Amino acid sequence: MSVPGRNSPTSVARHPAERAGRPPSALARLRDSDLWYSFTRSPITVISALIVLLFFLGALFAPWIAPYNPFDPASLNLMDGFTPPMGEAFSGNSYLLGTDDQGRDVLSAILYGARISLFVGFCAVLFAMVLGISLGLLAGYKGGWIDSLIMRIADVQLSFPAILVALLIFGVARATLPRSFQEDMVIYVLIVAIGLSDWVQYARTVRGTTMVEKNKEYVQAARVIGVHPMLIMLRHVLPNVMGPVLVIATIGLALAIIAEATLSFLGVGVPPTTPSLGTLIRIGNDYLFSGEWWITLFPGLALILLALSVNLLGDWLRDALNPKLR
Amino acid sequence: MVEVRPLPSADSPLVEAVDLAKHFDVSPPWLTRVLERQPRTLLKAVDGVSFAVPRGRTFSLVGESGCGKSTVARLAVGLYTPTAGRLVFDGTDLAGLNSRAAMAPVRRRLQMIFQDPFASLNPRWRVRDIVAEPIRAHGLLSETRAIDRRVGELLELVRLTAADGQKYPHEFSGGQRQRISIARALASNPEFLVCDEPTSALDVSVQAQILNLMKDLQRELGLTYLFISHDLAVVYHISDYVGVMYLGRLVEWGEARSLFRKPQHPYTRMLLDAIPDLEMTGRRRIPVRGEVPSPMNPPSGCHFYPRCPFANERCRAEVPLSITLPHGGEVRCHAVEEGRLTEAAVRQALGRGASAP
Repeated sequence: MSVPGRNSPTSVARHPAERAGRPPSALARLRDSDLWYSFTRSPITVISALIVLLFFLGALFAPWIAPYNPFDPASLNLMDGFTPPMGEAFSGNSYLLGTDDQGRDVLSAILYGARISLFVGFCAVLFAMVLGISLGLLAGYKGGWIDSLIMRIADVQLSFPAILVALLIFGVARATLPRSFQEDMVIYVLIVAIGLSDWVQYARTVRGTTMVEKNKEYVQAARVIGVHPMLIMLRHVLPNVMGPVLVIATIGLALAIIAEATLSFLGVGVPPTTPSLGTLIRIGNDYLFSGEWWITLFPGLALILLALSVNLLGDWLRDALNPKLR
Repeated sequence: MVEVRPLPSADSPLVEAVDLAKHFDVSPPWLTRVLERQPRTLLKAVDGVSFAVPRGRTFSLVGESGCGKSTVARLAVGLYTPTAGRLVFDGTDLAGLNSRAAMAPVRRRLQMIFQDPFASLNPRWRVRDIVAEPIRAHGLLSETRAIDRRVGELLELVRLTAADGQKYPHEFSGGQRQRISIARALASNPEFLVCDEPTSALDVSVQAQILNLMKDLQRELGLTYLFISHDLAVVYHISDYVGVMYLGRLVEWGEARSLFRKPQHPYTRMLLDAIPDLEMTGRRRIPVRGEVPSPMNPPSGCHFYPRCPFANERCRAEVPLSITLPHGGEVRCHAVEEGRLTEAAVRQALGRGASAP
């Protein structure tokens, strides 16, 4: 029989050093794992990982890397607006990817924008994951009316497009939160909205796997021992359902980034004063037909590249963790 | 139904099942039922089973697959709650304990060993954590060092070494894994072990090791076993008492030796006739005929009548009650009760009298 996830870096005992009695270092374990092997054998995956890593570092170190600070109104020169890429600006500054209508450097804006996009994407995925896993575990393990209730809610939500649900939640939150609160909270409201629109697939996957796992004899053994159901869920079932969840989370990250961009493009996301990639694309969209193509093209390319790379990573992870495809 | 009479040689029983029943609702969903006017469908997995297991002894349940013996095992450890009847463990009715807190003191005293040693151990846990799980769950020991010492003792008790605690389950063979299972079951010092086909997933040579280990442990620790198996040779080896189940009912039960020597119920006779052994080689024998009927739609009267060579109209209509046999034990069969099962009739029907080729 197949042991779930035995190719993951967590199944450490397969290492020869372990059998000899020495615990191998984490790095040695990773180097020895099937996952690392399949990673190094797939050039597309390596390239995707590098691109994602670059985006991460770029976003993380944006204040140090970016040539200009697009959030600092004092440094903006409105006369520099609409400078084409590599073109000579009014102030004599040179902008690699040009400037937007307010004279903000597009490259710097992309770096700072990726920061917000990645932050929102990550937090939204984390939120959706925690919510989906908890509800999925509960539904799968308890069964009965709890299961029916949770899964019917999930079904209803699944019948609407996720972006619509996010829009709805965002709208409700804006209407209920006090106005003074909104500017600071908008990113968190966005995270909750995207997270709430995305928990269903985690819940469904986890529920399915939980229903399989809970009938396995080791879970029944824990029940006979008298372990608290909560502990059984967390310590026995959860580690064994994490494989598929990890795959969904990776692909979900790309979806969350796109969802954030879509919301921002529609004008309900982050405000133009702290632009994300989606906000940049929307700003540029207004000038696309008047010839200033670079304002929307470069953020758009960045978004495509990021989402595609994350997606390819997710695809690889799905195949690598699937014992039937190896 | 029938009162349970303790077997002649029994002390006070540690575990007693009284008219134990478990029905599963296998009806289609409510809406389908209403639309298609279907009635509820009940699967009577266990239908009025009564037995008693004396302290320090082994009671085995045998029967074909699907006869409900594993359901009895799960009822006995409280994984299922009975639909009807009682399961009395040392004076307490398990069915009456419906909260986890009320169940906890009893939980410690009964444990289970499962059939599949590859599925019953969490693949992601080290053996020492697996064995320590009951100790931690019941808070029997709190110090890490004391737990480690106890785990080492337990592993040595099942003839493994304390150092094996460092390893993961997949580093062991099936027999070794079953030993780990036993060590875990023993960790909370239980008195009663329910063994659900503990050897059926193992090689024959390993089966004997595990069975002997279980017998040794019974002697050393005074354990009481409820042993579930379809393997009559294994059952004969380990049991003090045997119950034969057929389609959710206990058709015959008694001391192992007398049941194997003098089987009364036609089903028991056919089962014993089906054991392959060297002495019988070359002799003509009648196999157990037919299939087990579906428990969702069991035959009326005696469940066994469609396959029974001695069945008559009464067997078709009337559920047989249990009667006590002269040499101890009980049987539920009209033919036995009426004395229709004379040696000659049996020989005739089972073909035992046929001349050797």
